[in-house]
Amino acid sequence: MGLRRAAVAALEGGLLGRVPVPSSAAAWRHAAHFTFQPDPAPSAHGQTQKMNLFQSITSALDNALAKDPTAVIFGEDVAFGGVFRCTVGLRDKYGKDRVFNTPLCEQGIVGFGIGVAVTGATAIAEIQFADYIFPAFDQIVNEAAKYRYRSGDLFNCGSLTIRAPWGCVGHGALYHSQSPEAFFAHCPGIKVVIPRSPVQAKGLLLSCIEDKNPCIFFEPKILYRAAVEQVPVESYYIPLSQAEVLQEGSDVTMVAWGTQVHVIKDVATMAQEKLGVSCEIIDLKTILPWDTETVCKSVVKTGRLLISHEAPLTGGFAAEISSTVQIEE
Amino acid sequence: MRKMLVAALSRVLQGPAAARTVARVVVASRTYADFASEATFEIKKCDLHRLEEGPPATAVLTREEGLHYYKTMQTIRRMELKADQLYKQKIIRGFCHLYDGQEACCVGLEAAIKPTDHLITAYRAHGYTFTRGTSVREILAELTGRKGGCAKGKGGSMHMYAKNFYGGNGIVGAQVPLGAGIALACKYFGKDEICLTLYGDGAANQGQVFETYNMAALWKLPCIFICENNRYGMGTSVERAAASTDYYKRGDYIPGLRIDGMDLLCVREATKFAAEHCRSGKGPILMELQTYRYHGHSMSDPGVSYRTREEIQEVRSKSDPITLLKDRMVNNNLASVEELKEIDVEVRKEIEEAAQFATTDPEPPLEELSNHIYCNDPPFEVRGPNQWIRYKSAC
Repeated sequence: MGLRRAAVAALEGGLLGRVPVPSSAAAWRHAAHFTFQPDPAPSAHGQTQKMNLFQSITSALDNALAKDPTAVIFGEDVAFGGVFRCTVGLRDKYGKDRVFNTPLCEQGIVGFGIGVAVTGATAIAEIQFADYIFPAFDQIVNEAAKYRYRSGDLFNCGSLTIRAPWGCVGHGALYHSQSPEAFFAHCPGIKVVIPRSPVQAKGLLLSCIEDKNPCIFFEPKILYRAAVEQVPVESYYIPLSQAEVLQEGSDVTMVAWGTQVHVIKDVATMAQEKLGVSCEIIDLKTILPWDTETVCKSVVKTGRLLISHEAPLTGGFAAEISSTVQIEE
Repeated sequence: MRKMLVAALSRVLQGPAAARTVARVVVASRTYADFASEATFEIKKCDLHRLEEGPPATAVLTREEGLHYYKTMQTIRRMELKADQLYKQKIIRGFCHLYDGQEACCVGLEAAIKPTDHLITAYRAHGYTFTRGTSVREILAELTGRKGGCAKGKGGSMHMYAKNFYGGNGIVGAQVPLGAGIALACKYFGKDEICLTLYGDGAANQGQVFETYNMAALWKLPCIFICENNRYGMGTSVERAAASTDYYKRGDYIPGLRIDGMDLLCVREATKFAAEHCRSGKGPILMELQTYRYHGHSMSDPGVSYRTREEIQEVRSKSDPITLLKDRMVNNNLASVEELKEIDVEVRKEIEEAAQFATTDPEPPLEELSNHIYCNDPPFEVRGPNQWIRYKSAC
């Protein structure tokens, strides 16, 4: 067992890459393009423990399975703990009929998950990388999103949550780096949520699982080990569709989600120091349905908006935000 | 006979040291005419599905063929080991899926088809890139992401292409419908070409594979579906992933063969049989190659958390494809041990030179970043990560 754990550590350690001390040579990018700044430990939810992002996900899943006897977790390789160690220990604790592997079939995983959810059980499906979610796109968009509407509220798959590692990691290239939130933003009926840190991740994931609508939860893979915070051990919920103003400012509003929140935090500090510009930073958190009120209110105050995301520009979610802000102003 | 008697006499008269010198002289005076020109081998019978007859139970191997196969397999083996080394030195980054252990598959397949036939596979593609005609230096340079690479340094390990070789595909199972499409084109153009569509035991559970079986059988496409069953889909053993591990039967209405993928001659004869089946217009056929990979799924996977070291060692000692060929050739007088050692030395040198090129060739220029997004004439402007960066996408 110890050997297996070491091997698992090597597996995902290799996957994420050990980060050596950055050199000044511009040709090689040796380190991440931001510094993760942990938020202060929340005091309202009881005892906290130092956890990184994947551990906070495991904690959330642990709480969910403990509270809800119908909850099941499934996906590729989740039984041994998952390729990013998000489900470590859960199978031992809750049994092999609650935490189990599926074969290599994303369309099957989501379709199957919809079926589980429709009967009323809580289904937590894992897609191994957001880049692989596309075979399941039809199931999500045509089946999951529209179930409640087309059955006149007779049936729904609200107890379905789909989790997937998301975003660039440095060495992922075409198929281990994608940020597909914009594709799903175009689909009413589902919710899309992206946390920026371990504390946020646990609270938002638990909210997604509780939420009576099918949710897609994207986890920034570059933060799995890099982000460490004091996270409450018990369950707590962070409301969906509520953006958070992380830093108040008066000159420009900067909106981001996931990893980019940390980049713009660094940028805001630099802007203040070097240009004397006061930036208001907003973490959007929920992409769909998004908190138009918070963002618009902020832009009314500052008069300028900058949105930063990893996904391609054309039709990216920034386009939706900027056009809505224009209409609302 | 006389030479051996002389040698024996000298040994008796002059002691062990002299005997060694005499032995060397005896070997050096052997000419290549002393080797047999060919030998016949018995090969394992294939399991058949919906077929009355299978490939023959014997195979003929000529000396030239044997030497060529040996050199090719050894080149692939050393190339993969060199890639392993370069990855550990962080000269190759990203993902790298190595093919050592499975050499008999790609070399056997290539031996049975023509260069005008087509082949498509998944991401464990370095062996096929080589057998389909790309040089080792272009493959290694692609792995290190340099402009001398076969995909200009933009593809990397999983995206290598060559003439009539369609990659090199990252998404599991996605290449199978493509293979059927290529087979349709072969049938349409009527040039007697076929398409070999490869996938792994993990991909065999993807829905699109079954959709492809249906289309290929319905339209009688000249497509050989080949499942390279190396027993593990990443870290999951076949028993834990598939309701039926008889991958050669999973085409249902498509006839199938199960073949020992560690024996090059088995693979070659079966592929010849399958190619004949397709070329004669009978429609698709399915081959399951039972093979094994020594490395883990990728360079991030140590490969020992889901299988034992003993298992890997056992396969290495009993079924290694290169050793199997070497033993066959030496024991049947098709080549000598020294001759094969010379080939080893030659191969090592070639790989070293290729690695040298791969580490010193410059990276592609920044302008290359935006090229080949679309096919467009004249080039159009692509937005970069911020307002002030623009690229020109040329094709």
